[in-house]
Amino acid sequence: MDFALMLNSIPDLLRGSILTFELVGLSMLFGMLMAMPLSLLRVSKRIWCLAPAYGYIFFFRGTPLLVQIFLVYYGLSQFAWIKESIMWPILREPYWCAIIAFTLNTTAYTGEILRGAIQAIPHGQIEAAQSVGMSRIMLLRRIIAPQALVIALPGYSNELILLLKGSALASTITLLELTGITRKIIAETYKPFELFILAACMYVVITFILTRIFNWVEHRFTAYRRPPELMEDQEGIPDNI
Amino acid sequence: MLDLYGFGDLLLAGTWMTIKLILAILIFGLIAGMIGAGAKLSRFKILNFLAEVFTSIVRGIPELILILGIYFGGTVVINNLLTSLGYGGYLEINPFAAGVAALGIAYGAYATDVFRVSIQSIPKGQIEAARSMGMPGTLIFRRIILPQVWIVAIPALGNLFLVSQKDSALVSVIGLQEIMRASAFAVRYTKKPFTIYMAAALIYLGLAVVTTVGIQLFEKRAGRGMRRS
Repeated sequence: MDFALMLNSIPDLLRGSILTFELVGLSMLFGMLMAMPLSLLRVSKRIWCLAPAYGYIFFFRGTPLLVQIFLVYYGLSQFAWIKESIMWPILREPYWCAIIAFTLNTTAYTGEILRGAIQAIPHGQIEAAQSVGMSRIMLLRRIIAPQALVIALPGYSNELILLLKGSALASTITLLELTGITRKIIAETYKPFELFILAACMYVVITFILTRIFNWVEHRFTAYRRPPELMEDQEGIPDNI
Repeated sequence: MLDLYGFGDLLLAGTWMTIKLILAILIFGLIAGMIGAGAKLSRFKILNFLAEVFTSIVRGIPELILILGIYFGGTVVINNLLTSLGYGGYLEINPFAAGVAALGIAYGAYATDVFRVSIQSIPKGQIEAARSMGMPGTLIFRRIILPQVWIVAIPALGNLFLVSQKDSALVSVIGLQEIMRASAFAVRYTKKPFTIYMAAALIYLGLAVVTTVGIQLFEKRAGRGMRRS
């Protein structure tokens, strides 16, 4: 084991993990924004709303992420009209191709998680809201969204971990994120064993931190499900009641 | 039908390789998962601990790193070992074996908890009853635990298998001639990346549909003794 090389590579790998965070963070943000309308289409009873949403989710959950990345990065260049469009400077960049592919992918998974969460809300609540005359938008904003987002949290944290692991595939289209940097250093030093162990450790640490953050968020937002905690932080209650 | 510019046969050959690969991953992964579940449920605290550490670490590592690490790292380690043993030759790990090992371990890490939960879902009374009739441990496992574990575990194991199927595309990175590698080859000659990769995507979709139907049939068959609600 070449420990000196491992120590020396840590700063480079940390720099790579910043790009990993960027890819995951942006795809997660765009994915969430697209998944919300997608999940609403998916729970719709109208066939022309339901069918495209179903088809989208079916395609992106049924095919490997690697194929999706290649379709965006290599595939789009097949069409002359795309190469001539104003979008080409963006679609030419591996960075944006990776973000587009990850976003499309995570949108499908997140949409399906949100669909499950929406359908987990007791139907009586929705009927009750309708019976007091809430509009559809208000029903969504006040009854469905706040509960569905909390129900979706555990599934969403899983999806985020999968997205983080999937971001390693960006290295296949020349991006120097955590895996890409690792492969580059290996090509220079030919010490695959040491460097892959180091990269694996970094992914495990990032996963661990993300899981902790999500557990904390979930704990914070599900206070209503727990029995009241006794004898703690009850400053507002006088001692002599 | 898609026009594949004469590369349809190559893609079909790749598909056959992918099928062999994912079946090998499934077998290896199921065995790994059962060993893992055995370790997690064992009386020995050290085994519980090791299994826990192993599964949580493997789940945090990207599959691509596992594949590359086992393929390139494994080759270096084996050759260093051979050199230190005084053997002069150079050995290279077969990409198929490396892919099966890496994705099988990943499958096993997730399957461990599926098996653990399924085994725990069997009522204790059944095992006590079997023991009171004098069944030895292996017979209890074979006759009482295993048939029931399947029923509970099949849907989750099937989902994991669908994940492995998609991850199998990553083995193309270390040079195995499966669907993605064959597609990349076809793309180089035809310069039609979208058409070829879309065909690859449709093959994967087809495999997923076949697997999903297979899992449902399997689930029905395994659960034929259960009362339906």
